[in-house]
Amino acid sequence: MTIRTEPMTVNVGPQHPSTHGVFRLRITFDGEDIIEVEPVLGYLHRGSEKLAEERNYVQVITLTDRLDYTSSMINNQAYCLAVEKLLEIEAPPRAKYLRTLVAELQRIASHLIAVGFFIQEMGAFGTPLMYTFRSRERILDLFEMLCGARVTVSYMRPGGVFSDTPSDFWPALSRFMNDFRDELSDLEDLLMENEILLARTKGVSPLSPDIAVNCSVSGPVLRASGISWDWRKKDPYDAYSLVDFDIPTGSNWDNYDRFWVRMQEIRQSMRIIEQCVLQIEPGLVRIPELPLVLRAQPGAEAYGRVEASKGELGFYLISDGGISPYRCKIRAPSLINLTVTEHLLVGWKLADMIVSLGSIDINMGEVDR
Amino acid sequence: MIISRLTGKELADRLEEALPNVVEEWDSTAIWVKPNHMVQVAHFLFSDPTLDFNYLNSISAVDFIEYFEIVYHLTSFNKHHSAVAKTKIYGRDEVTLPSVYNIWRGADFQEREIWDLMGVRFEGHPNMKRIMLWEGFEGHPLRKDFL
Repeated sequence: MTIRTEPMTVNVGPQHPSTHGVFRLRITFDGEDIIEVEPVLGYLHRGSEKLAEERNYVQVITLTDRLDYTSSMINNQAYCLAVEKLLEIEAPPRAKYLRTLVAELQRIASHLIAVGFFIQEMGAFGTPLMYTFRSRERILDLFEMLCGARVTVSYMRPGGVFSDTPSDFWPALSRFMNDFRDELSDLEDLLMENEILLARTKGVSPLSPDIAVNCSVSGPVLRASGISWDWRKKDPYDAYSLVDFDIPTGSNWDNYDRFWVRMQEIRQSMRIIEQCVLQIEPGLVRIPELPLVLRAQPGAEAYGRVEASKGELGFYLISDGGISPYRCKIRAPSLINLTVTEHLLVGWKLADMIVSLGSIDINMGEVDR
Repeated sequence: MIISRLTGKELADRLEEALPNVVEEWDSTAIWVKPNHMVQVAHFLFSDPTLDFNYLNSISAVDFIEYFEIVYHLTSFNKHHSAVAKTKIYGRDEVTLPSVYNIWRGADFQEREIWDLMGVRFEGHPNMKRIMLWEGFEGHPLRKDFL
């Protein structure tokens, strides 16, 4: 007797524990195999780009915090760099080092979340996630010392940063770095060779470099596909041209490589922070004579970009001479990385879907804006 | 290796050699392409071995009231250079532009977003429907005349 089967369409999300927020997928299955995928977006759409047209240049910073809320510092940095390009100003050296330093701390925090949830989705409930969140918490404490906020920081300003570091910041930072070195080693011992993790991720959902580039993928996902492309090296901003670091790249292009690249990037971020601490010198942290309400030349435009924790984050600003941007387009890495969902999922099984989605590391605040 | 930025003139000269009369104007940073030649130009930028723009950074749409400007930020990973191509579309109803989806798959969500929020429809895109807002929503919120 043959058993009759037919494709079945299942809705995953928008309220699903593995979808990293309000992400929804409409998936068609043939048995357990995925044959068709359609992402459905927009559940967290707040119209950030339109709101930016109603606020002055400094006020827009608070909107950028709420894009990818796990890497607010890097969002601030991207926006401030775009405004600085628009106004043709440059931050003082100490501000550049401070920005680089906090951006790398934020990258560690963001990658810790990515790795923690990636493991959680494979069924390791609690323990690894708590390990990563323990370290992330310390980073948020450091941010609290700098600006009073932990997540929605708004620490950077066009032309520098909001304020200099308090005196107890530097000892706290060095205490964190000492402890984190051991915590990261623990995490690596726990995860990198873990049998279950290897079985679930090795060889699963490879993404070929050709498809990755053609789909405009960026960040750790692109590097895991074997392409050594990092905007910190290719288009250096702030103090990145003055520090030394490597770009880890994957060789098998699979889920494990995407996880591995993030773990290696945490090590590289630590290297950058150590160099910043050694190289930073006293000085101004913000251009002093800058007015509170900024104005750019009519018709001026600028595309400022950074290598955010998820990929290339770009702000395309156009000025009409007024106090707000005439247009503020946000090139969100999470949204564009989702272009490859179909390539990653089709042909794989339901259980791999959760893991592959975790390996892209999306953040809905940024996808929907 | 740090990427270099191609000026509008460099790009316009190179295009003029291969595809005469497709560039309307150029300045220090960008070129303006005639909208009905956009796909032809995009294909040339993608496939020409000296330009080799294999990576589409972003597509933006700007509402200048008398016209819409669509801006393509491009990078070549092999040649280590970047460039900006723009195109102007006049009119406010039934605004259309040929899609570059078949050249750069990365245009997929961005073109859908531009249709959704700015109301510029891309012809040749296989799935041209709203992305952030729901089907049936009236108007395109990023337009300057939308409240």
